Amino acid sequence: MKLRLASVCVNGTLIGMALIALFPLLWMLSVSFMQPGMASALPPPLLPAHPTFANYRDLFAQSGMGGYFLNSLLIATIATLISLVFNLMAGYAFAKLRFAGRERLFQALIGGLVIPAQVAMMPLFLLLKWMGLVDTYLGVMAPMLVTIFGIFLVRQYARSIPDELLEAARIDGAGEGRIFVQIVLPLLKPIVVTLAIFTFLASWNDFMWPLIVLTSQQHYTLPVALAALSRERVQDTEQMMAGAVVTMLPVLALFLMMQRHYIQGLLLGSVKG
Amino acid sequence: MGSVVLENVTKAYAEGVCAVDAVSFRVESAQLMVLLGPSGCGKTTTLRMIAGLDSVDSGRILIDDREVHAVEPKDRDIAMVFQNYALYPHMSVAENMAFGLKLRGCPRREIAPRVQQAAAMLGLEALLDRRPGALSGGQRQRVALGRALVRQPRVFLLDEPLSNLDAGLRASMRMEIARLHRAVKATMIYVTHDQVEAMTLGQRIVVMDGGRVQQDDTPLRIYERPANLFVAGFLGSPSMNLLRGRLDVVAACVQVTDAGHLDLPEDSVVRRALAAHEGREVVVGLRPEALALATTEAGAMPTLEAELDLVEHVGNEAFLNMRFGAHAVVARVPPQALPESGRCVRVTYDPRRMHFFDAGSGQRIDTDASA
Repeated sequence: MKLRLASVCVNGTLIGMALIALFPLLWMLSVSFMQPGMASALPPPLLPAHPTFANYRDLFAQSGMGGYFLNSLLIATIATLISLVFNLMAGYAFAKLRFAGRERLFQALIGGLVIPAQVAMMPLFLLLKWMGLVDTYLGVMAPMLVTIFGIFLVRQYARSIPDELLEAARIDGAGEGRIFVQIVLPLLKPIVVTLAIFTFLASWNDFMWPLIVLTSQQHYTLPVALAALSRERVQDTEQMMAGAVVTMLPVLALFLMMQRHYIQGLLLGSVKG
Repeated sequence: MGSVVLENVTKAYAEGVCAVDAVSFRVESAQLMVLLGPSGCGKTTTLRMIAGLDSVDSGRILIDDREVHAVEPKDRDIAMVFQNYALYPHMSVAENMAFGLKLRGCPRREIAPRVQQAAAMLGLEALLDRRPGALSGGQRQRVALGRALVRQPRVFLLDEPLSNLDAGLRASMRMEIARLHRAVKATMIYVTHDQVEAMTLGQRIVVMDGGRVQQDDTPLRIYERPANLFVAGFLGSPSMNLLRGRLDVVAACVQVTDAGHLDLPEDSVVRRALAAHEGREVVVGLRPEALALATTEAGAMPTLEAELDLVEHVGNEAFLNMRFGAHAVVARVPPQALPESGRCVRVTYDPRRMHFFDAGSGQRIDTDASA
């Protein structure tokens, strides 16, 4: 009886907290279907009186949201693919290949983790300007293409691969490239999924860096476009919420689909390292 | 096919530790040679250098009279079986076995029959579609052997292949490896720290310690004529009783330190050989089977008096752990009615089965004129 009461209390508290956390998201969804101006009424309504898709229609027809959506999709996808290639190769090399200065180089990299991203933004901007990459897709992707965290995550996981497996492949006649592709990559699958989701989410949600590096509107990503839209249409809360839903929905769906791999990968990375 | 020669091979690690120190030996074609020694003696490093997985600091390694210093592991025509199997976990048993053949450009129509043949030899036919994760330890080790076998290499290198298996499985796999060696007639170098594996499998044993070769001989000769104190103490279970004392050939005995004396063999050849060490410190070695409980009619053998510490029964025999003065001594006896622990017993020993070692250098003192 006591146990049952305790479980009711714990579950009740958890459900209550989950509802509090979910409330803004659900309200955002609800407002996106309201008639223009309805959300600004007092007291603010929780549900739309006459649900409408007009906000979404206007968003894509008038505000060019489709273009921004494609920009975000293109940047996040390419950044994810390239970062996977670099992070996986670097993480594997730090974990399993012997080369001079390996440990020192890795320690220096780990030291770099303590530098806040914001501090690096100005020098990075100047560097990209010098390279002529300001206001380009590649400029937005640049900081994502190799990350210390990604290398660290892969290295920790790759260390759990027994050396004998790679040596067996070497004796079997495989070159280093083939060993990486045919032996190591299949074993790194959980961490590949984790890293892919992580990078995609980070790139999709990034606001600060695209805001700095992109100047022309046609290159805007969804979060930047949304911010610009909110400045233009301060009164149009319903359309803003529709924009927020469009921005959030794909990554939320992606996360929910892959969360099992994501959590498994993070746990494996930490336990096996 | 497949002779292996090592000439003064040396390997030191970055920390300055000399893992392998001027090791030389020759493995004849189709011979099964065992590298035996305790952990850290350099046997695995030696094997890895033969495989090409570790570099050689100095010295030469020749496979079929060809120096392989600059030859990649894949081009040495060797196959290696690892202690932890090292099977590719995402591939099926058949794919594991075929991987090396595919990489060597072996035609597809040749791969399948070779895999089937190796699987049949090892009783793996029913497991070809399974992944390593779904196999038992013994089955995995068989797949590892099959992966080596299917390549038909000149030399098989086996690095403690049975040490992850339980005792029963180890015995059956040992027989399987011996049978396999007879069937394929390939050169095999087998690394182990297990003396039973070494004695039963090896046509020759190279005993290593501290990175050096301690003795290189047939299993029986290594057991019967250990070259030094290390080999004497390492081979045999329980190990040889080693008693330090001063040699007194005139009185025909060895005065064992802090204990009584041991009579020397009556053989004049032995005594002549020992005379050169008169008055020097020596170590006398007596295998546990050279000792027995004294009976009333056993008058011919000399005896020593010892205190019985502990009796260990193992079924078909018993071990008597005794104290002879300050020394621990073990005797291997039949499981008959044995005296109780704590009592003083008289033990006979066979002087003809004594081994003598120089206490300073630890080297065997040759007492056999024919040796």
